[in-house]
Amino acid sequence: MNAHQSSGFEVVAREDFSDLTYSLEIHHPRMARAARPGQFVIVIAHPRGERVPLTIADFDRDKGTVTLVIQAVGKTTREMQRDCRVGSTLYGVAGPMGVPSRLGGVKKVACVGGGLGVAPIFPLARGFKENGAYVIGIVGFRTESLVFWEHKFRACCDELVVCTDDGSTGMRGLVTDAIKLAMDRHPDLGQVVAVGPPVMMKACAEATRPRNIRTVVSVNPIMVDGTGMCGGCRVRVGGETRFACVDGPEFDAHQVDFDDLMSRLRRFTREERLSLERWSRSCRVSEPAEADEALELPDPFDEVKGG
Amino acid sequence: MTAKKKTIRTIPQQRTPMRERDPRERARGFAEVACGYRPEDALNEAERCLLCPQPACVEGCPVGIDIPGFIRRISEKDYRGAYRVITDTNLMPAICGRVCPQETQCEGVCPVGETLEPVAIGRLERWVGDLAIAEGWTHVPFIEPSGCKVGIVGSGPAGMACAADMAKAGCEVTVYEAFHQPGGVLRYGIPDFRLPNEVIDAEIENLRRLGVSFECNTLVGRLFTIEQMIDEMGFDAVFIGTGAGYPQLLGIPGDSLNGVLSANELLTRCNLMRAREFPDYDTPLPIGRRVAVIGSGNTAMDALRVCLRLGAEKVRCVYRRSRAECPARAEEVGHAEQEGIEFHWLANPVEILGDGNGDVRGLRCIRMELGEPDESGRRRPVPVAGSEFELQTDMVVFAIGTRANPIIGQTSKLKLDRRGYIEADADFATSMAGVYAGGDIVTGAATVIEAMGAGRRAARSMKAYLGIRGAGARGSAATLFGIDLSERNFARIRLARN
Repeated sequence: MNAHQSSGFEVVAREDFSDLTYSLEIHHPRMARAARPGQFVIVIAHPRGERVPLTIADFDRDKGTVTLVIQAVGKTTREMQRDCRVGSTLYGVAGPMGVPSRLGGVKKVACVGGGLGVAPIFPLARGFKENGAYVIGIVGFRTESLVFWEHKFRACCDELVVCTDDGSTGMRGLVTDAIKLAMDRHPDLGQVVAVGPPVMMKACAEATRPRNIRTVVSVNPIMVDGTGMCGGCRVRVGGETRFACVDGPEFDAHQVDFDDLMSRLRRFTREERLSLERWSRSCRVSEPAEADEALELPDPFDEVKGG
Repeated sequence: MTAKKKTIRTIPQQRTPMRERDPRERARGFAEVACGYRPEDALNEAERCLLCPQPACVEGCPVGIDIPGFIRRISEKDYRGAYRVITDTNLMPAICGRVCPQETQCEGVCPVGETLEPVAIGRLERWVGDLAIAEGWTHVPFIEPSGCKVGIVGSGPAGMACAADMAKAGCEVTVYEAFHQPGGVLRYGIPDFRLPNEVIDAEIENLRRLGVSFECNTLVGRLFTIEQMIDEMGFDAVFIGTGAGYPQLLGIPGDSLNGVLSANELLTRCNLMRAREFPDYDTPLPIGRRVAVIGSGNTAMDALRVCLRLGAEKVRCVYRRSRAECPARAEEVGHAEQEGIEFHWLANPVEILGDGNGDVRGLRCIRMELGEPDESGRRRPVPVAGSEFELQTDMVVFAIGTRANPIIGQTSKLKLDRRGYIEADADFATSMAGVYAGGDIVTGAATVIEAMGAGRRAARSMKAYLGIRGAGARGSAATLFGIDLSERNFARIRLARN
């Protein structure tokens, strides 16, 4: 069956931001040319693998590469963390998928990223800047050691607020606190874009709702094909059922039913745990003993974008 | 050996049965249900063909296989010759022999069927196809290069059939597939117990031998557009066969509960992603103890039987009309019944009940009765007041049809019809010169063989458009729309046509 595959999709660079977060730069000139901010890819790491949606965190048309930022939360992402090296290949990378973000016609925008959501918010911030908007970047992390890509944001944001839960760097607090500050300081704020764990996006939607500021989120439901043929990624938006892979992944935050989204993210919790446990057992020899401590899968309520 | 002329009285009166796995044994695994003919079965059945001089069966076959021709070669034990006769018109006998609804096609018009049971053409075709795979036969005809480059979007039945014909016409053919493996519905939809993966692989390998190249992981419309294929990528013609894989939802309360999914998702996880081998494969597919599948087409039958094989204790089919209106093949319904599927005819779901944790616990239905015929001529089901009842179930699968996938429509200027399907004329030409479309993306969900037929007829139109003469013709047309073909300037030809 491998005969149907092109030679594979080569990893040309890798960077580790923390114990759990890493970026892979993949050679795919056609994708680099086609990709627009807000789109995602489906990766299948090896022939027995599952298809996982990952947001495009950067693309470089000259180098012909796309960059994915991944958090090792389950079997597939941890296996990729172990196996993906410069020069190794992925079995399948399909995309770009989803409807690109609308970047034009906004004068002042706040681009909000939480945790791993910081990565996909980057091409949006850059895209808005290129379209002439005044860009306020707001990026939130748990603690200083998890911060990444600050320099990339500095280069394309007119203002940048880094928040940490524990105040170890930047502003102490949640991204929603920074949104409130930004709204106070910029009464002409035209739009907010938020990407991150569903709880965070929900909180952002609630923060802007009273002032009726147009707010867009990029939802992260479970996907299989990413082409609209299975409906596994359906979300409730404004009382209607939409498919995130072809109608989204961006939707009006004030219309998204986040509770439904979070409930559906729990669909395979049991199987995900089983798969991870089995995999951890099988590679115990090569793994340090403390690997077990991280075995508990994150609850979708604080699961981050990209898994 | 053809001494005596065969008549309806001299041929074997009984249709040669095909062995099937025992229902109880087969319902626990994915091994193929129908075992196929043995050589003696094939020879016996071939004897039943009257070798009509003006065969109705050929007319009944959407692609016009020379049926008496291949059956006569079976009788003469020239099996390889039989394979060659079939593959002159159909490159995928092992697939078509299995999935075609022959009862409404070739076998439906077989004259033997007027008195006895019709000749088992599908089983014979399958037998020849399987033999070819087992023996490694291929049939690569002499191909004269045409210098044309053709792009095919979608590797399902329509795309594969079109690719085969265009390759035989000497075109350089590239097939783009969004999934990581080619085959379309044959791969993700039809389960192994009806169509084993090895058969799909073998038939695709035949296409590769004809020079067709497959590019998987390629989502046309997003990675590049149809317009780019024509303007930048150098394709002289494009065929769109992307299918109608956009599942329709129930639109009743509770349809976003966990445990409610489309048949497409269920089948894709099981067949393409091999969730049935989880955790050896990474894709999960938890199956409820009690499953309800809504709808009763062929997709519903596949979903029902897959759930049973994945370990569900009770699998029910819920359909709002009666058995007489059931759109699935009779054979499939029969197989499902033998395996222990429970059918609830004239029942319509009104609500999916949750357990408070976001999971399914039941399905509330209402009884229906058949009223006056509607526009489609089928009697319209009408709810019976006060007849609501509940089925205990922890998984609900909807197999109530599909709609047009929106991606190509979103990303190209192709004209779509009111329902979002691509508009194509009788020659399968779309609103864009050089771009053809066929199969489910034009007609809405139909059968594998209809899609193949559409792919082949579109190929005929594409050949005419590209100025490629039919097989047997000598020399080449010097001009098309007044432009010298030796220029190979198809962009100009397109302009001339517009």
